[in-house]
Order: sequence, then C-alpha cells, then structure tokens
Amino acid sequence: MAAARPGHVTDRPLVVEIDGAEKVFENGLRALAPISLAVREREFATIIGPSGCGKSTLLRLVASLATPTAGSVRLWPQGAAARGSGRVAFVFQSPTLMAWADVEANVRLPLDLEDGAADRAGRVDRALSLVGLEEFRAAHPRQLSGGMQMRVSIARALVTEPSLLLMDEPFGALDEITRARLDRELADLWTREALTILFVTHSIYEAAFLSTRVLVMSSRPGRIFAEVAIDAPHPRDEAFRGSERYAGYCAKLTDLLSAAADSGSAK
Amino acid sequence: MSRATLRYGAPFLVGLVVLALWQALVTAYDVPSYLVPSPALIGRTLITDWPLLSRSLAFTLEITLLALAGAVALGVALAFVFVQSRVVEASLFPYAVLLQVTPIVAIAPLIIIWVADTRAALVLCATIVAIFPIISNSTLGLRSVDPGLLDLFRLHRASRWQTLLRLRIPSALPYFFAGLRVSAGLALIGAVVAEFVAGTGGTASGLAYQILLSGLQLNVPRLFAALFLIALAGIVLSTLTAWAAKLALRHWHESEVAADE
Repeated sequence: MAAARPGHVTDRPLVVEIDGAEKVFENGLRALAPISLAVREREFATIIGPSGCGKSTLLRLVASLATPTAGSVRLWPQGAAARGSGRVAFVFQSPTLMAWADVEANVRLPLDLEDGAADRAGRVDRALSLVGLEEFRAAHPRQLSGGMQMRVSIARALVTEPSLLLMDEPFGALDEITRARLDRELADLWTREALTILFVTHSIYEAAFLSTRVLVMSSRPGRIFAEVAIDAPHPRDEAFRGSERYAGYCAKLTDLLSAAADSGSAK
Repeated sequence: MSRATLRYGAPFLVGLVVLALWQALVTAYDVPSYLVPSPALIGRTLITDWPLLSRSLAFTLEITLLALAGAVALGVALAFVFVQSRVVEASLFPYAVLLQVTPIVAIAPLIIIWVADTRAALVLCATIVAIFPIISNSTLGLRSVDPGLLDLFRLHRASRWQTLLRLRIPSALPYFFAGLRVSAGLALIGAVVAEFVAGTGGTASGLAYQILLSGLQLNVPRLFAALFLIALAGIVLSTLTAWAAKLALRHWHESEVAADE
C-alpha cells in the first residue's frame, strides 16, 4: 500500500512534537535531559536504549501520564489529526487487565469510561477480531496465556480506534516465539490501520523488524544518541528477518546501542 | 481417599472418637454430671432445654449479625473516607487502633451504663470488636490497585467515581472478604463477651447469659449445651462467609479458583 516507505517523509503532519522536554523527579533524579523529537503521521518510531535510560518516562510524557519539568510535549501541534479519531492509546509493559472482568469487558473498558460512546458492541467485535480473540470473549484473563493476555491488552488499546498508539515494551515478558509472532501481527496491524506508533523496546531485533525509524537513547540523563531510518518496505515478514539488510540494521543498532551505553557510563 | 472424604470425613471421625472416649470415661469412672456431663446427657439437655436455649441462640445470633452488619457498613464507609483523604486517615486511624487494642471487657460496662437499651448496647460492643479487620482490610484493598490500571483509567479521563466503582472496589473485594471472615468470628466473640458483662445486670437472655446462670446453678449439662451452640454458631458463620467469598471471587481470584482446578 501507499504507506510502504514512510521513513523519510517529512511533509506529513506532525503527531508528536517534543521540544526540549526535561524530566527531573522529586528525589532529584534527572531522568531525561532536554529532548527534542518529532513523530509524523504513519510513522512507526521506536525508542531503544539501556534499562533506566528514561524511555518509559518519555512515553509517559507523551501520554500525559507525567508532566515535563521543562520544555513541552504537544500532540498534533498543527491542529486536529488529519486521519482517525485523534485519540491516544497506551499499551503497557504488562497486560494490566482487570482480573475480575472477562475479555470482552476488558476490551470494552475505554468505551465504558467514555460517556455516550457509540456502537460499543461493534467496536469491541472489531478490536477482538483484529487480534484474533473473538472466540475468547467470555474468558477471564487468568485462563489465557501471557501472549493472549497481551493481545487483549492491544485490543483494548485499539477499541477506541486511536490515531496514536504508544507501546511500552509490550512483548518484553514473552517467550521468543510468541514475541516474534506478535511482532508480525503488529507490523500487519500498522500496515492496515491508520496508525502512528511510538514504540519502546530494549530489543534491537524487534526495533529493526518493526520500525520505520529507530531512536537510540543513552542513559542518565536520557537523551537521543542516534537515529536510524529502517528503509525497508512494509509489510515485513519472516523473509525480511532472514535478509542481509535486516542483519545490517541489527548490527548498526547494536554498535550504536553499545556506544550509547558507553557514553552514559563514562560520566 | 478422595479430597472430600479427607476434608470432611477425617475431622468427623476424630470428633466421633473423642465423643465415644468421653462417654466411655465418664461412664467408667462414674463422673458426676455437675463436673463433666456425658455427651449423651448434653444431647438430652439440648432437646429438653431447647425452648429456652433456642431463644437464647436466636438472641445471640441477632446481636452477632446486627453487629457484623454494623461493622461492615461502618467499616467500609470509613475505609472509603480513608482512601479519599490521607489527612483523614492519618487523623483517625490511630483511634481505630486504640479501639482495637483496648479489651472490650474493659469498655463494655461503660457502654452498658451509657446506652439505655441493652440490645443496642450489646450490638455496639460487638460492633467495636468486629470492625477493625473490616476497616484495615478494606482500606488496604482499596489502595491495592494495579498502578498500570490506574494509569489506564487516568489516560481515559475516568472520573473519581468511575475509578472507585470499576477499579478500586473490585480490587478490594478479596481483601474485604478476608476481613469479613475474621470479623464474623469477632462479632460472635464480642456478642458473647458483652452479654457476660451485661448479664451481671440480669437483663440479657443470650447464650452467654445461659452459661453464666448455668454455672452459678451448677447446671453443667446446660452449660455444655449452650457452649456447643455457640461453637456451632461460630462454625456456621465462618462457613457462610467463606461461601460468600467463593461466590464473589470464584471466577477470577487465585484464592478461590485454585481449589476447584
């Protein structure tokens, strides 16, 4: 489809504009050095970096779950989202499902919290079918495997038909095979839906497979160390994972990540 | 041996053996019934004194259940207030602890003097005994919310009311039920202790009063019969609260699902 190579597209509308955002916690810990970053429509931008480099904090700033100590974080600074609902959805590290509610109620939650959301049943059906969980709507989370719980979590994020999807190491706790499958499904989803995704991971391989652009962060305080455009067509499949190009990107990201880690610890 | 046989059969068998041994020893050594009555005599007393004992049982149960209801209503209400405001919690919680650690026997005479209606005084005493586990467990439960889910609710701009109803209350249920089970036992203890204190005034007619009176009259078989009924009431209460917990949590909480799978 047309969105196959959005890597360097700079004429698309801005979705996220971070301008010199800084985060210092109450205990004095400086989580983020002033960071500037722009994410444009239909990008799949991934932030990688060592543990504790502030990638999660950055994502929380974008979601307004935290406020920057200085600088600004703005969504759709040029006006309303050109495509989609203009909503933001968040997928957390763990599935964070309501244990007492079945899959359907968990997925419907964002609609229930909204007053007068229309066509709840239809939207829940669609979200469940996007992640292939139609048959499990009556199950409780504890009856599902970790991978399926994460799918429920993704369905819950998709149910509001968001324009911007924020994902904080969503597959970090899964085994390699499940992770690879969910990565593939996510890549498909991004191709089919009018989504802009800002993704956080510590896996180089995941970043190289999924993204249109990878931002490498260094730690303490966190800042953007390097930026790599992954210039390969979507949809990507297992053939891409086996390609030399993919291996090249992985090697490049590995080098950058260790350089970033060195630059952090040298201080 | 199946699990059910082990769970119900084994304790039943132990009880049967103890009763048989008891009966045999009392008969063999010809122990007078004003010291240790035989199980058979206690059983007969239960039947012959049933009109009197059943009224006392009903009275004690009424006090216990009213106190438990009061403890749940007041305890949960206080927990909600505590969760809404750290200041209120910090100001009031020490007094809840104070009430908890002061023996009810020491407070009961005052309450019985102050509250004219004996029944109300007894309920109040038993409520004081039973309320603490409800307060502390409900408060803990309402606070024990997955921070990720709390973030999700914030992200979707959930109101305080929605967060309470859809997130905090369900999260608190397992804690609440654990507290309820303890409180049910405490309510019975509170009712019995309060009756003992009030009974010296000669106005109450619960099981504790029967025990007190039977002791004074050396009617030990009736004392044992009343004791048996109190123990039975305690077991029934504990079982009922366990069932309630199971009914509410069986679909999702580890404490209740593990047993049937």
